[in-house]
Amino acid sequence: MGKTIVEKILSAHTDTDNLRVGDIIKARVDFAFANDITAPIAIKYFKESGARQVFDKKRVGLIPDHFAPNKDIKSAEQCKLLKEFAQEYEIENYFEIGKMGVEHALLPEKGLVLPGDVVVGADSHTDTSGALGAFAIGVGSTDFAAVMALGEVWLKVPSTIKFIYSGKLKKWVSGKDLILYTISKIGVDGANYKVMEFSGEVIKGLSMDSRFTICNMAIEAGAKTGIIEPDEITLEYIKGRAKRSFQIYNSDPDAHYEKIIEINVSKIEPQVAFPHLPENTKPISEAKGIKIDQSIIGSCTNGRIEDLRIAAEILKGQQVHSEVRLIIIPATQDIYLQAIREGLIEIFITAGGAVSTPTCGPCLGGYMGILAKGERAISTTNRNFVGRMGHPESEVYLASPAIAAASAILGRIASPEEVK
Amino acid sequence: MSIKGKVWKYGDDVNTDVIFPGKYTYTITDPKEMALHALEDLDSKFAKEVKKEDIVVAGRNFGCGSSREQAATCLKYAGVGAIVAKSFSRIFFRNAINQGLPLVQCKEAAGNISSGELIEINFEKGKLSCKKGVFDFPPLPELVLGILKDGGLIPHTKKILKIEKGE
Repeated sequence: MGKTIVEKILSAHTDTDNLRVGDIIKARVDFAFANDITAPIAIKYFKESGARQVFDKKRVGLIPDHFAPNKDIKSAEQCKLLKEFAQEYEIENYFEIGKMGVEHALLPEKGLVLPGDVVVGADSHTDTSGALGAFAIGVGSTDFAAVMALGEVWLKVPSTIKFIYSGKLKKWVSGKDLILYTISKIGVDGANYKVMEFSGEVIKGLSMDSRFTICNMAIEAGAKTGIIEPDEITLEYIKGRAKRSFQIYNSDPDAHYEKIIEINVSKIEPQVAFPHLPENTKPISEAKGIKIDQSIIGSCTNGRIEDLRIAAEILKGQQVHSEVRLIIIPATQDIYLQAIREGLIEIFITAGGAVSTPTCGPCLGGYMGILAKGERAISTTNRNFVGRMGHPESEVYLASPAIAAASAILGRIASPEEVK
Repeated sequence: MSIKGKVWKYGDDVNTDVIFPGKYTYTITDPKEMALHALEDLDSKFAKEVKKEDIVVAGRNFGCGSSREQAATCLKYAGVGAIVAKSFSRIFFRNAINQGLPLVQCKEAAGNISSGELIEINFEKGKLSCKKGVFDFPPLPELVLGILKDGGLIPHTKKILKIEKGE
């Protein structure tokens, strides 16, 4: 019987023979990373473990992105721990402010995570790199500490659900809409412990930026990770970035899947996830009119150049509503610079939007756009749990950059059709 | 290995933001202080009244959301002896095991236990006793039990480093 792409990657990274779904294995890790929330605890545990060095100085990443640039004294102390640890253990991939980006956008961009890799990140949205055809899983600080010490991780070989997307995308329907729609169909635990393999003609036609958005939110359906088989578009993206050799794996035609779900995209409208779960999704036609106080465009989900281009297309020549705060956060410095070169930042500022240096900031209620009691935001981020972006009585609606931009102009949740 | 404790019962999708709010993730590093905020946005009484070896019982998808392991740490240091749920989110499952906090996945039991009752769990036998009867649950895989027996992933790693690499 054939194997899925994930089974092939894991087989190549473990000494266990005849790997079967459900087996608990130890897998060798190609790249491991953590951020300013998860690394400090890991550093403490790493030292406790008695390890004298990290398993590979080139294969560990430390990225201060959540409360960085330092929000206050406490976050400054956390970030300092990362810097000192990187110096002490000669870790090559420490990213200081100015070079830093939101980790899941930054690492693929820098060619540090590659197709065929086992990637372990101490952050739940590590699944983003699955878009490259890597097996990328989010773990906690303790796992990261153990991986830094041993270069391996314990894990259960997951089963895979295959999603096949066919049909023709409507105007304004993006990767974000496809993943929100998919989560609404299977629920926030619909893929718990499982891999979501995204495939079909629609996925093959998507840019890498859209693919990253889709894999990014596999975790919101409980998945162990999301993955897309590498193709020409993947290789084109990798070209000139890859820092080491890599291996392409594909699923066999006779691979065993726990389930195959076919989705025709032709009738899917842009989607909006209502509070307080990403599965509470409605088509934009049923979401219009809800008054908003803030619009966030950014994050590891939708802070890439394609997202900023779409937002700029809608905001060009328009004005942000007088009662709305529009905050745009390019996910990395390279994306920020590219946006400046293309004139996108000028469009945002002329429209009355605020542009921030890369940070996770408001997505997790950190800073740079916190909601007061009773306030509502439309956001291109990935979670809308109670209190996620601020006060427990605030609300977050999740959507694509197109909807977030249109809503910022009209002061209420709106379709891009209404302003274009 | 067995425990007996009072039940704190909750529903489905108890997420990491209500278990340990994101705003504390960079301000609190002491596990004992984390415990003071356990389940703060879900049940403000919990952290004040929870006793050692109390047991949290919940529905589906316990611990969904972020990877922050403070969610597991705060419950462990609040004294929670075990968590019983219909299912767990996978990162929370890992984090709890890595912290040495045992989990029981048992749909039938989780559905039949009420808040405030005393229940007893025997992890080796895979048995859970409550008012409505005795329920069986599958024992954890060997590698996972090994981590729990060593007291969590870090003591486990320490052991491996000593044995395999002579560090």
